[in-house]
Amino acid sequence: MTITEAETRAYEPVIGIEIHVQLKTRTKMFCACALSFGEAPNTRTCPVCLGHPGTLPVTNAEAVHFALMIALAFDCEIAPRSIFHRKNYFYPDLPKGYQISQYDIPLATAGRLGDVRIHRVHLEEDAAKLVHAGASGRIHGAESSVVDFNRGGTPLVEIVTEPDLRNAADAAEFGRLLQATLRRMGVSDVNMEEGSLRMDANVSIRPVGETTFGTKTELKNMNSFRFLERGIDAEIERQKRTLADGGEVEQSTLHFDPSSGAITTLRSKEEAHDYRYFPEPDLVPIAPTEEMLDRAREALPELPAARAERLERDLDLPADTAKLLAFRADVGDFYESALSPDGGSPRNLANWTINELTARIGDADPATTKLEPKAFARLVTMVGEKQISAAAGREILDVLVSEGGDPAALVEEKGLGRAGEDELAAIVDRALADNPDAVEKIRAGKGQAVGAIVGAVMRDTKGRADGGQVQRMISERLGR
Amino acid sequence: MTEDLLRLSAAAQAQRIDAGAVSGEEVFEFWRERAAEDGLGAYLWVADDNPGGSLPPVAVKDLFCVEGVPSSAGSRILEGYRPPYTATSVRNLIQGGAHVLGKTNQDEFAMGSSNENSGYGPVENPWDRALVPGGSSGGSAAAVAGGSAPWAIGTDTGGSIRQPAALCGIVGLKPTYGAVSRYGMIAFASSLDQCGPLTRDVTDAALMLRLLEGRDPCDSTCVGIEGDIALPSAERLDGLRFGVWGLDEEGLDAGVADTCRAAIARIEELGGGVQDVELPNAGHGLSAYYVIAPAEASANLARYDGVRYGLRSTDNGDLTSLYEQTRHDGFGDEVKRRIMIGTYALSSGYYDAYYGKAQKVRTRIVEDFRAAFEQVDFVVTPTSPTVAFKLGERTADPLAMYLSDYFTVPMSLAGIPAISIPAGLSEGLPVGLQIAGPAFSEAKVLDAAHALERAIGFEGVPRT
Repeated sequence: MTITEAETRAYEPVIGIEIHVQLKTRTKMFCACALSFGEAPNTRTCPVCLGHPGTLPVTNAEAVHFALMIALAFDCEIAPRSIFHRKNYFYPDLPKGYQISQYDIPLATAGRLGDVRIHRVHLEEDAAKLVHAGASGRIHGAESSVVDFNRGGTPLVEIVTEPDLRNAADAAEFGRLLQATLRRMGVSDVNMEEGSLRMDANVSIRPVGETTFGTKTELKNMNSFRFLERGIDAEIERQKRTLADGGEVEQSTLHFDPSSGAITTLRSKEEAHDYRYFPEPDLVPIAPTEEMLDRAREALPELPAARAERLERDLDLPADTAKLLAFRADVGDFYESALSPDGGSPRNLANWTINELTARIGDADPATTKLEPKAFARLVTMVGEKQISAAAGREILDVLVSEGGDPAALVEEKGLGRAGEDELAAIVDRALADNPDAVEKIRAGKGQAVGAIVGAVMRDTKGRADGGQVQRMISERLGR
Repeated sequence: MTEDLLRLSAAAQAQRIDAGAVSGEEVFEFWRERAAEDGLGAYLWVADDNPGGSLPPVAVKDLFCVEGVPSSAGSRILEGYRPPYTATSVRNLIQGGAHVLGKTNQDEFAMGSSNENSGYGPVENPWDRALVPGGSSGGSAAAVAGGSAPWAIGTDTGGSIRQPAALCGIVGLKPTYGAVSRYGMIAFASSLDQCGPLTRDVTDAALMLRLLEGRDPCDSTCVGIEGDIALPSAERLDGLRFGVWGLDEEGLDAGVADTCRAAIARIEELGGGVQDVELPNAGHGLSAYYVIAPAEASANLARYDGVRYGLRSTDNGDLTSLYEQTRHDGFGDEVKRRIMIGTYALSSGYYDAYYGKAQKVRTRIVEDFRAAFEQVDFVVTPTSPTVAFKLGERTADPLAMYLSDYFTVPMSLAGIPAISIPAGLSEGLPVGLQIAGPAFSEAKVLDAAHALERAIGFEGVPRT
């Protein structure tokens, strides 16, 4: 069934995001095991994270510190005493038969990131990793399943937003802001493919103008912002179609397959677990002291949203440019270290940073290349002052990134400096002589024919000529 | 010369070792032979090497994890499990010079009051082998009373140290919750479990508590006891006020009540003041306990799933049947009963009515004791409503069994220290008197118990 324009407009999507962030602490949430980064299976384990009889959890102070930083970054209200609960269910990736998480008194509530309100921020532990042998790839129907407990017990911060988002693109945009913010804070690798940043979306739709919410579904674990956006869009369409067909949206947990675009049900409402939450008796409450809060506050760097605002305001950068620099902290840092009072236009430098530099370094930190910030600034200034052409500037940048060096020396060495008036005079004369048709047309008033002459001069000088200067010289020679 | 050891308290044996009258190895060997020949079913494992030690060796309840040593918490589901680490409390004992003599029998996962819920058979009471030793630390109590251990540790969740100590005629101390580390104690009910000594006399209990207690970075709920635990020396009780509770309770055996009254009369002879004290909500302790403890246990025992250690029953290879079959085969009836009660009490829709309500009762009981300790220094009650009962007598009636802990559960819920000392005999069997004090008042409780113990002059020698 096709959806008409009217039907499409008739509903408003309501979207909330649930985020799980693996913290980059030295050790696990409740034991002294080092975190695992691809080590051989079950080498980062101890009796505690394997759930041996008699073992007890002890809260990781660094995880609390990071969680407080996150809560402060979102301007949350921090609970004076938050407590852990046990979330009970049986699964082989959960060695104790319960996950230690927070429930009715989370670490922090009522915050904001960008335009989205944050409902809550809490601490918990990650599950272990299951690998299923056999065709199904899932535990049911697997020939055998093995468990790698390296990941089990990794500290997680769960962040839940209010249902403030109204379309998939904004949801993805929020995700990017969150990722950039957490990355800047250095509390997580926030890598979606590796699972250190995981996003679920709660999606419902309601007639435009309605203030109550429709029945929501939960889209699980989309591992890129693109998939998050596509998944939400697909689910919004599915819900619209369901309602248009006279059906009802059922509360359920769903999986989006990015390769086929299909949405499948993982769990219906009837299959929902009763987790039998109760306060974890093995742990004492988290009661942040003033010292802990001060320490977390002091550890907060300037966050991307604030940085973008500052770059836009203080350096007069376009909003998009400022945001690009702010969202990639390493690039932003490089940019700001290249800025100098006599270093030419911040705007030019910004354009070269986000267009030319990032094209050459990909995701690498510019600080790890051979390019010196001051050399970069000088290069951009030379282009800006037309000492060299943009094309020459790009050629020099290639060298600076891979080998380093001084831009002026490279220009000299490669002979890429601007052609002077004397050198150009002969070349312009030759170009005029070689293109009589064009000369004829210019004389006849067809101004655009001048391009052919300029082009010839550019070819001859390998781009070292300044187009404006060449045009002026042509006009002088042809008396127009 | 070593034959004397049987008559000596652990502290006296330690003095002999210290004086060079006997070596640590000789003492260890003496007790190891006694333990190996124990005929009561008190031991599940006896040490096969001889590390000696500056203190006599200690019998350890099976649920304490000891590296490389079978530690099953009396359950078939952990049969053959040898932990990769040692409990903090046991490490403290070893560091203090008391090595592990053996692992003692117990009710499965500490759930029981007669030791009949062990997955490895019952324990007999050395006073009369047709009787239970009490539980759940029945093996530890029987070993000390029966002369196959100089002293022992157990755990107490609702009375599991004090009640078997009472039924076997020895001393049992449940310290304040948070005084002794729970790390390495296979958990029953985490907010209640506490490790403590079972000993011949009060001095031994103090000596052992001194080794056991202390802050532990591996247990966030363990803060230790401030100050040193002096060995008790009090001979008088002048100026101390004792509040008596429970002597008129229905179900209290008349002989037990009389024996306790006689002991309480001694308190007055020693200069102590005796008065009745009200604990208006303590009578609801059992009801609250049998919601809170099973609720916590239902989560604590979820890890026994056949995946990583212990028993794994295989059926058709399906995950659910692996769980079901393993837990069906591995757990005994009482454990299953409590897992079901606890699971139910935490279920959505029932949580407030059961778990929530039980926590409120617990808070009321805490307040009752707080109010009582504004009037008196100690609360005194019978430890158990009856003397040791016959093996099999209560196994068919869980509620009758649960009543064994009527007098001990309120102190567990309040987290306060309580000691059971022998008050005398009724029908030829030992009766325990319980003395409880405010949180972390162990030193005072031990001092008072010491003075009273001297006055009572109980002969801690069973008939066997």
